[in-house]
Amino acid sequence: MAFAAFGHGGGGGATTPAPTKKSKVALFLLLPGLIYLGLFFMTPLISLIITSLEVPDGSGVMGSYAYGFAIENYGKVVTEFWPQISHSFGYALIATIAALLISYPLAYFIGVKARRFPLIQGLMLTLVIAPFFISFLLRTFAWKQIFSNESPAVHFLQQVGILGAHDYLVGTPFMVIFGLTYNFIPFMTLPLYSILERLDIRLLEAGSDLYATPATTFRKITLPLTAPGIISGTLLTFIPIAGDYVNASGDFLGGTKTAMIGNVVESRFLVLNDYPTASALSVLLMGVILLLVGFYAKRSGTEDLL
Amino acid sequence: MARLAQEFIARGADLELVGIRKEFPGFTAIENLDLHIPAGEFFALLGPSGCGKTTSLRLVAGLDEPTKGKILIGGKDITATKPHERPVNTVFQSYALFPHMSVLENVAFGLKQRKIEDPMAKAVAALELVELGHLAQRRPQQLSGGQQQRVALARALVNRPSLLLLDEPLGALDLKLRRQMQIELKAIQMEVGLTFLHVTHDQEEAMDMADTVAVMNKGRIEQMGSPEKLYDRPHTVFVSKFLGQSNLFVGEVAESNGSSISINVSGNKITVPTDRAEKHTGTIAVGVRPEKANFHESEPSAQTGVNLIGPGEIIDIRFTGVSNQYLIEIPGIGEVTVFAQNVGKSPVTELGAKVWVSWKVEHSFGLSDLPANSATESISVI
Repeated sequence: MAFAAFGHGGGGGATTPAPTKKSKVALFLLLPGLIYLGLFFMTPLISLIITSLEVPDGSGVMGSYAYGFAIENYGKVVTEFWPQISHSFGYALIATIAALLISYPLAYFIGVKARRFPLIQGLMLTLVIAPFFISFLLRTFAWKQIFSNESPAVHFLQQVGILGAHDYLVGTPFMVIFGLTYNFIPFMTLPLYSILERLDIRLLEAGSDLYATPATTFRKITLPLTAPGIISGTLLTFIPIAGDYVNASGDFLGGTKTAMIGNVVESRFLVLNDYPTASALSVLLMGVILLLVGFYAKRSGTEDLL
Repeated sequence: MARLAQEFIARGADLELVGIRKEFPGFTAIENLDLHIPAGEFFALLGPSGCGKTTSLRLVAGLDEPTKGKILIGGKDITATKPHERPVNTVFQSYALFPHMSVLENVAFGLKQRKIEDPMAKAVAALELVELGHLAQRRPQQLSGGQQQRVALARALVNRPSLLLLDEPLGALDLKLRRQMQIELKAIQMEVGLTFLHVTHDQEEAMDMADTVAVMNKGRIEQMGSPEKLYDRPHTVFVSKFLGQSNLFVGEVAESNGSSISINVSGNKITVPTDRAEKHTGTIAVGVRPEKANFHESEPSAQTGVNLIGPGEIIDIRFTGVSNQYLIEIPGIGEVTVFAQNVGKSPVTELGAKVWVSWKVEHSFGLSDLPANSATESISVI
């Protein structure tokens, strides 16, 4: 990854790629991809931005809007949907951290400790991926069943006093964050596993040989060397979680008080046909994620890893 | 360099291994190892791969635990301590430099862990000792193999360990660089006076650098001593083969007087001084180094104090620069290797020539065991 870039460069100056006659061929080969991106990514994006600036056309017909330049749409969505926006990023942050705390030891075990036992390694990796074989919606719904108000699990929690007699789990932020964490753990575990699997154990031995305690060796050697995996894992979980609308929806683990941006976009777009508001929220979500990710990647000094 | 080295002069401590045994699932890496290395000595563990030498080193470093036995450094039992608690540093075969740190940070790592005062200045001094001060800010991956090796050495030396472990640190270098590093390493060891435990499979490297060499085979030490002594008086077939080359002759002891014994190899009498033989009765193996043997194109007259066998035929000549290696087939004895210096014309004698081989009795050595395929034939190992 980042380190490999230095690998065989030696101490000399930067190697400039030799000028090739193949650049035209490369451009030609890029063409299908560029056309695809233009048609199916740029066009909808521009359409989305245009929609987000539209105004009601005055006809009073639901879902009927005219072109405009209503930049105030953005101000409106921020003030009106501030709780949902803060849910999105707050839940995403907590769920990402929770997924990291669960995944890192798991990935460390599979990638480092189980290295000498390929069978265990393969089995555990399969278990990490296994949930993907069942629909995401079904699995989330199953959790709703498990923690439904009448379920033995909730009764038990009420009896031992963790939950009050009239407290339930479904519809709470805890349940939504639980679902988000659960659903996105594989996206955290796999990149972590892939980098931990290549971690050179001899470097850890060198650390302990140089008087570092196991904790210091982890902090000074393992952690920095696996940082690229942590960064890709957190990005792969944070970004989709911030836009998720299944877990927080009232049909699944959430309730009216846990709605995230995705839930608002869904209801504005599909129920109320309020296209400008839904579009403005979507663009806002994308912009904030881009900013956060850009800042995060820059702070980590690993832009080349993305 | 000498002044800088003063900084690193440390109290080398002696190392003692008592009854060490190491078992891994499925095999025993070390059977029963007893070893004492005096403080300040350059000690080499020499052996083929899989003989248990690297395992021994890892046990001393604390990276593996012995199944049985005790490890003492400076008289203190450290068997139960963790690697980071041992006054030992290792130069790893792979160097194991931290890729995410600069060369300087790598060298300062151990000092910082022990909260030694002014780690950076000491690290700079250590880098200057290995003549890499100008590369302190580079990443290890930007250095050549030889430079990385020296960083690894500085990273270990800077901690002034009681004992420095070297795990084939020169293995990855090309021949020329390896020779140069051998000289530098030896010079540094002499200057800083640390106890060095060097593991290698390169017999020339071990003989060139070490004060004492222990030849290891199949999890135990076959023979231990100064390089000169090991070469001059190998005790076992393995040592005679692994350290240099040997012509071995196997035969029944036929004659024995106070000072020498003679064996009979298909009618040829080969004599060895009694005090240079490990076994004095029965069937024994007697050897001679190829460079100690001479050949003659006409039959020399028998002399006391000289072993004479032949005639035989030169079946192969290999030119190696300073000398020629002649392979001579002697009926009833087998193949004998003789090195002859290229002081005159080369080759001294043509292929197919009829020759006799002789050497001084005092150059013979008698071994304690027999070669594996011990028919009455000589074995020359290249």
